[in-house]
Amino acid sequence: MTGKLKASLLAGVVGMAMVVTSGQATANDELKKLQTDPNQWVMPLGNYSGHRYSPLDQINKDNVKNLKVAWTFSTGVLRGHEGGPLVIGDVMYFSTPFPNIVYALDLNDNGRIIWKYEPKQDPNVIPVMCCDTVNRGVAYGDGMIFLSQADTTLVALDAKTGKKVWSVVNGDPGKGETLTAAPLVIKDKVYVGTSGGEFGVRGHLTAYNIKTGERVWRGYSMGPDSDILMDPEKTTHLGQPVGKDSGTNTWEGDQWKIGGGTTWGWFTYDPDLNLIYYGTGNPSTWNPVQRPGDNRWSMTIFARDADTGMAKWVYQMTPHDEWDYDGVNEMILADIDVKGKATKALVHFDRNGFAYTMDRTNGALLVAEKYDPVVNWATHVDMQTGRPQVVAQYSTSQNGEDVNTKGICPAALGTKDQQPASFSPKSGLFYVPTNHVCMDYEPFQVSYVAGQPYVGATLSMYPPEGADHLGNFIAWDASAGKIVWSNPEPFSVWSGALATAGDVVFYGTLEGYLKAVDAATGKELYRFKTPSGIIGNVNTYTHKGKQYIAVLSGLGGWAGIGMAAGLTEDTAGLGAVGAYKQLANYTQLGGVLTVFTVD
Amino acid sequence: MKCHPCIPVVAAAALFCAVSAGLPAAAHAQEGDKPYTVEGGKVDQGTYNGFRRYHSICHTCHGPDGLGGSFAPNLAESLKVLKFEEFIGIVAGGRQNVSASSESVMPAFAHDPNVMDHIQDIYAYLKARSDGVLGRGRPERLAQK
Repeated sequence: MTGKLKASLLAGVVGMAMVVTSGQATANDELKKLQTDPNQWVMPLGNYSGHRYSPLDQINKDNVKNLKVAWTFSTGVLRGHEGGPLVIGDVMYFSTPFPNIVYALDLNDNGRIIWKYEPKQDPNVIPVMCCDTVNRGVAYGDGMIFLSQADTTLVALDAKTGKKVWSVVNGDPGKGETLTAAPLVIKDKVYVGTSGGEFGVRGHLTAYNIKTGERVWRGYSMGPDSDILMDPEKTTHLGQPVGKDSGTNTWEGDQWKIGGGTTWGWFTYDPDLNLIYYGTGNPSTWNPVQRPGDNRWSMTIFARDADTGMAKWVYQMTPHDEWDYDGVNEMILADIDVKGKATKALVHFDRNGFAYTMDRTNGALLVAEKYDPVVNWATHVDMQTGRPQVVAQYSTSQNGEDVNTKGICPAALGTKDQQPASFSPKSGLFYVPTNHVCMDYEPFQVSYVAGQPYVGATLSMYPPEGADHLGNFIAWDASAGKIVWSNPEPFSVWSGALATAGDVVFYGTLEGYLKAVDAATGKELYRFKTPSGIIGNVNTYTHKGKQYIAVLSGLGGWAGIGMAAGLTEDTAGLGAVGAYKQLANYTQLGGVLTVFTVD
Repeated sequence: MKCHPCIPVVAAAALFCAVSAGLPAAAHAQEGDKPYTVEGGKVDQGTYNGFRRYHSICHTCHGPDGLGGSFAPNLAESLKVLKFEEFIGIVAGGRQNVSASSESVMPAFAHDPNVMDHIQDIYAYLKARSDGVLGRGRPERLAQK
């Protein structure tokens, strides 16, 4: 990379890059059109804005009670099935957890397998993904399916035949770098993130040319300005220039080199502003005492120019993280009224328990409110500085190493993890799958060795005091910053939501239920128990004029580690396993696709 | 870090390292058949440290409290058979069991001071679990003498 490039030269270099790329930027306007077609589901979050909303209304709040299974398909893989299927024309595509099989299923023939792609990967990648070996889906663009393999290989497959067109290696699993996030295609580029924050990797977002697999740019989460693709004068944080060397001078020594800030969540895009939005994960290690400073730009919302990668604005939600509150959750782009004013908003439900409403054109902070009342580690977010006001009792940094800080809410899992929320332009509400879990957290000294776990904390997780449930499914008003309705769930809701013009919202539960609720009130209208717990994301499409709902079951992921680990005994609670323990009474592992419809 | 130079020499060196780093020997679990002290559910500092270190690294595959899972075996059971020397050999060198129906991969921790510097303590904790003298969850610590 351009690590030695002087910041003063950067603007000129980026300018040249823009000249070069602008001539070839129209290769894939196809996708911009396709994402508006409700009959298909062409990207994991439904559209570039990340709405997970469909204008379809054949299945609606009056007839959803008649929903029935149309067909099912076993993926042949255990482990956690996050993500969900795409539908392009008459074909459904999806990927599995390790070994990352990709299936193309024929919707004209009840899901007959058109092709199956199974990469050969070194099994040594399994323990550096531990646990779980999830994959959040494939991307489509320009007649190709793009797969992010666990071992960081990005593969382009011919959508018709499943034949490999090209592949490129994005990182080194030997250093703990892996891939779990779904890629995103914009114009002539495909974008991928990184995983491995628990191994001291340095996160980045990378753009590849979709025709050749050639790397176009890479923007790191921390390091010199030229590595981050950040202009000290022009890139802003809450309206102010970030200043020189912000990604190194907020770290002690060269700790930024192993600084984490991985990019394993979702990417969204505004074609008018030509900005790509995503969040960065926790700074490494989990022991905050070992890494003084704000640790910029971990835990940060990034808005980058999609062509050049240049950061337009950033906002760090959790400076100097002390709780593992990764900022990777999806950035939903919604044009809504915020406090009476029409706004091009970005709405983000962070792990740290605050829901942020921002002006996505310039990164101005408009609303920051708790979306679970039990959140206690900070009293509020200072709207001038953007900084959370940390409560000393729950500060694992202030309490120090070798001290077990108790009763922190939310737990490291966050009030919400990567499971994407939904926005209905019809109701104006956001529908959010959430966790309702608290924790004890004890940090201690840890040494960095490349490719070895770099954690430095033990956690215990359990329900909030007095609570008898571990999750909620809520409707949220992003202008007022208030919960509109909230449905308690026995377990965390770890499934991506779907809202439709039929005034129904769909989501899955860890016990395995697909549920449909009334978008206005949250009243349950339908439930069906699928073969395994659902941590996948619900989608919808039409085939031959008929609306279908599809979801992957397959318990696992962080929430399901207890189940993936096959435990049966009960306990007061240790890590995710303790809190989710009783799940064993409801469901077992196993990947299955279930497709629903009404007659 | 202080222990790095001696780590590649694996097990014996790591043990030496913990001592040479100037930590009071009494604060660590003892060797032998019962390398732990458990009194009224409370444990010595070494065994507690073993609990902590286990639950920051090993538990992601071997499960909480050493109970194992489909990723990796139950260590509370394994240590009924495995001797300390075998245990430390596997931790340092790793092992693989990859076939059509199984994908178990134990990484080698020989170069990881977060494991090897604390391997006695981790062993003591798991041995206490294996011997059935320590229950599940975060144990209380005995008062320092």
